[in-house]
Amino acid sequence: MLNQLTIIQALKGLQEKKFSSQELVKDCLKNIDRVDKKIGAFITVSRSKSLEKAKKVDNLIKTNPSIFKEKPLLGIPMALKDIYSTKGIKTTAGSKVLADYIPPYDATVVKRLKKAGAIIIGKTNLDAWAHGSSGENSDFFPTHNPWNLKKVPGGSSSGSAAALSSSQCLMSMGTDTGGSIRQPASFCNLVGLKPTYGRVSRYGIISMASSLDSIGHFTKTVADSAFVLQITAGQDSLDATTPNVTVPNYSNKLTKPNKELKIGLPKEYFSEGVDSQMRKTVEIAAGLLEAQGHEIINVSLKTTKYACPAYYIIQPAELSSNLARFDGIRYGNSRSFFGDEAKRRIMLGTYTLSSGYYEAYYLKAMKLRSLIISDFKKVFKEVDLLLAPVSPFPPFNLGEKVNDPLKMYLSDVLTISVNLAGLPAMSLPCGFTNDNLPIGMQFIALQFKEEVLFNVGHQYQQLTDWHKKRPNI
Amino acid sequence: MKKSNKKILSEKQVLHIAKLANLELTSKEVLKFQSQLSEILNYIKVLKRVETNNIKPTSQVTGLKNVFREDKIISSLTQKYALENSKKKTKDYFKVKAIF
Amino acid sequence: MKTDPKYKTVIGMEVHLELKTKSKMFCGCSAYHFQIKPNTHTCPVCLGLPGALPVPNKKAIDWCILIGLALKCQPAFESKFDRKNYFYPDLSKGYQISQYDLPFCQKGFLEVENKKIRINRVHMEEDTGKLIHKKIDGRAVSLVDFNRSGVPLVEIVTEADIYSSKEAIEYLKKIQQIVRSLEVSDCDMEKGSMRCEANISLTNNNKMANYKVELKNINSFKFLKKGIEYEIKRQKEILISKKNPIQETRGFNEKTGKTFSQRSKEEAHDYRYFPEPDIPPIDISKNQLEQIKKELKELPDEKFIRFTVELGLKERDVQVVLKNNKTTQYIESLSQLASKDELKELLKIVVNKRVDIRKVSPKKLVENFRNKKTAKLIGKDLLLKIIIKVIKDNEKAVKDYKKGKLEVIGYLIGKVIAESKGKSDPQLVKKMMVEKLKNGI
Repeated sequence: MLNQLTIIQALKGLQEKKFSSQELVKDCLKNIDRVDKKIGAFITVSRSKSLEKAKKVDNLIKTNPSIFKEKPLLGIPMALKDIYSTKGIKTTAGSKVLADYIPPYDATVVKRLKKAGAIIIGKTNLDAWAHGSSGENSDFFPTHNPWNLKKVPGGSSSGSAAALSSSQCLMSMGTDTGGSIRQPASFCNLVGLKPTYGRVSRYGIISMASSLDSIGHFTKTVADSAFVLQITAGQDSLDATTPNVTVPNYSNKLTKPNKELKIGLPKEYFSEGVDSQMRKTVEIAAGLLEAQGHEIINVSLKTTKYACPAYYIIQPAELSSNLARFDGIRYGNSRSFFGDEAKRRIMLGTYTLSSGYYEAYYLKAMKLRSLIISDFKKVFKEVDLLLAPVSPFPPFNLGEKVNDPLKMYLSDVLTISVNLAGLPAMSLPCGFTNDNLPIGMQFIALQFKEEVLFNVGHQYQQLTDWHKKRPNI
Repeated sequence: MKKSNKKILSEKQVLHIAKLANLELTSKEVLKFQSQLSEILNYIKVLKRVETNNIKPTSQVTGLKNVFREDKIISSLTQKYALENSKKKTKDYFKVKAIF
Repeated sequence: MKTDPKYKTVIGMEVHLELKTKSKMFCGCSAYHFQIKPNTHTCPVCLGLPGALPVPNKKAIDWCILIGLALKCQPAFESKFDRKNYFYPDLSKGYQISQYDLPFCQKGFLEVENKKIRINRVHMEEDTGKLIHKKIDGRAVSLVDFNRSGVPLVEIVTEADIYSSKEAIEYLKKIQQIVRSLEVSDCDMEKGSMRCEANISLTNNNKMANYKVELKNINSFKFLKKGIEYEIKRQKEILISKKNPIQETRGFNEKTGKTFSQRSKEEAHDYRYFPEPDIPPIDISKNQLEQIKKELKELPDEKFIRFTVELGLKERDVQVVLKNNKTTQYIESLSQLASKDELKELLKIVVNKRVDIRKVSPKKLVENFRNKKTAKLIGKDLLLKIIIKVIKDNEKAVKDYKKGKLEVIGYLIGKVIAESKGKSDPQLVKKMMVEKLKNGI
């Protein structure tokens, strides 16, 4: 059952030659065969390619034992959200428009992961074009939550979350435009990192909303999360929105816990609209951290209520333009292949950008974005990081919200402010509902302060074992 | 949240937006989107009440400025790769139905 | 062409220039696209593949600002790119990266025949792919080549300050001359590296027209002139019949010499501009501006003044020379090597194409010129003899001269030069002749 290991455990095993990369990959593939018919996490599984690669990896390890210094993720089977361009591997964005599109190039992050030795085991399901919070908007099939197959795994990185949660791989990549990593992480009992906007290159990852898209990952532990960001983070000459900010050694900083952090609980994130189980569970986690010596402070982010309307102007506006290239001429199928949700958002964005409405909608939303940013800045003068629930409710039933787009949009209410401000945030397991469904909490930090998230998150995982719980499937 | 039955968008507007967006909608879709988009726009309306006169808009959050590349040629895709994914093509070109 | 005084023609021009940078505007593909195998200069960025992102070419931006400065524009200190959204098969991304409210340069002017034509803006954008219309198996299709997609394009927009087809052509020629002198674009209308659109309307009794007709897709000065003139005539006829010309885009048929209505690209014109989120904003610092200004060489108008006033060269010859960068540079080199007087004659040699400037270097030309001259001239003694002969043979002229009709000297010098079969230096003849006339034979 090597597929159950964390990245760090697996690397240790490979280095100590306790098992081979081929064995590791085979265990993942075996598990895919066993469970994915029920879960629907993968759109494409690269069976033979990943086995071939694993064979090469094993040879490399045999001939050069110090290879792990050069290739820190050597032999680790991973999954990519099917919105990451992969040279020679079909990339659909979960949409029938791209049902048979094969990119001629790799996304920058894919290049970096490959260079680090990771093995791409497959491409995962998602809400088409990353539009959604449940995974049900996939044009191919919905993904089921491994903890309860009647429930949604969250979205839009639904397949990546479900695949890792059911141990079909050792890590997976997602994208977070309004919570699409953090929310499914919380629904599937995983660590989900949404890095600072610009920390990880977007080049080659099919754009949803350019100014909001953040490229992150799912892991089983915070330590693994820090390890992966080390590889994906950093400036890219092909993405003009990646600043030249030094990438610190994230893993090193985990071992020196800072026990005197000021942690803010924004009261708007604990309001009536948030399920009491979610609130209470996060409050218990806060208490645990306080007992460790951290200071818990109640704070307020007054602009929170504007985040959702501003987000649902900016995001559809940008995506309406980003999806204009899909005209069926150079690749893919015609625009009539767009699903309902994509059409809805394209229409909404086209309208709010159109002549006579731009000022009232898009410009207004960009101004509110400034207010939201300054609100965060003010709060971060008092605290080092924020702690809040991720989702206002636990995983819901498949089909429950699918016919009410507005209700579905409102499930992002606790995650989107972070995207509007471009901040880093990490979702991690902190308990279960009475129905044994995972509950997540998120830490939020200042731009480029992922190390603070990792530091406190790692401390929390030393004290608790929520993250060690696996679904019984 | 108050629900309003008043439709912000007319059918005609929905059709106009669809045209701008290069989407062909069935009459059923027009009606569905008219009501769904109206509901969403109605929700978004709360923003109108916020005073933002002296606020500078933010379109990007990195604070970056002046990011350029040097004028250097890097190799292009081969013609085979450029055309590979197209369903409508000739030997050298992408093909669309006549524009004129 | 005569215009009815009641109707005044008002034209605003939009000129697009392809810059001759090595690489494209937002990617590293070669920007050269003329007669290249189709779809071989493309990459994920300019082909609009999913996930690809643009990174702007610094040189193209510098050159756009350089053109703006040459047109006496104000450069923007804060600028940005915007997306212009519309659908067309040659537009790979479904939007064109352009500039909306903060163009790199604004508010300049260009003097054309002593008249100022105001420049509204000079901005940077990217070219589209190229469409070829064909019949394949009896069916009309359009073929798309994306080699041109993403080539840097500068757009220059005037105010509606142009009042005739002649002014329009003069304006265009001037833009061409200036930009060619900056060496940032070939400005070749036939090859499409210079393209223009004219917005034409007629005003009646000084009332602003409530329409404008956009004349598009014209690839020569001649056709532009014909097109504008045809439009003026057409619009006037409509106005005279008390109707209103409709606002539309029209093309020009080279065979019939007429303009024709083109169904507008998208009947609902709504480009939904918004700031390009993939490219950070651009500040133009004073420092950068100074760097660009260094590249701003002497403009053709300034050169014209220096050549004619300072160097005393003939206006008409200078005009010919300045049309072409190569001849201009050639004359510049000659001016470094030769005396003012020699230069005048050398200019004539160049203008009259008595030398192939591609083959003979300026230095060589000056050498040849001087050698020929000294070899050719007759000796001073012989010249003196001829002068005396001419004075003797032209008593009347000599008398006139002595009476004060000094211009007669020209006639006498001419006689001497003719007598010497051209083998004498006019300056020297004049000097010796004056002396002789003064002192007597």
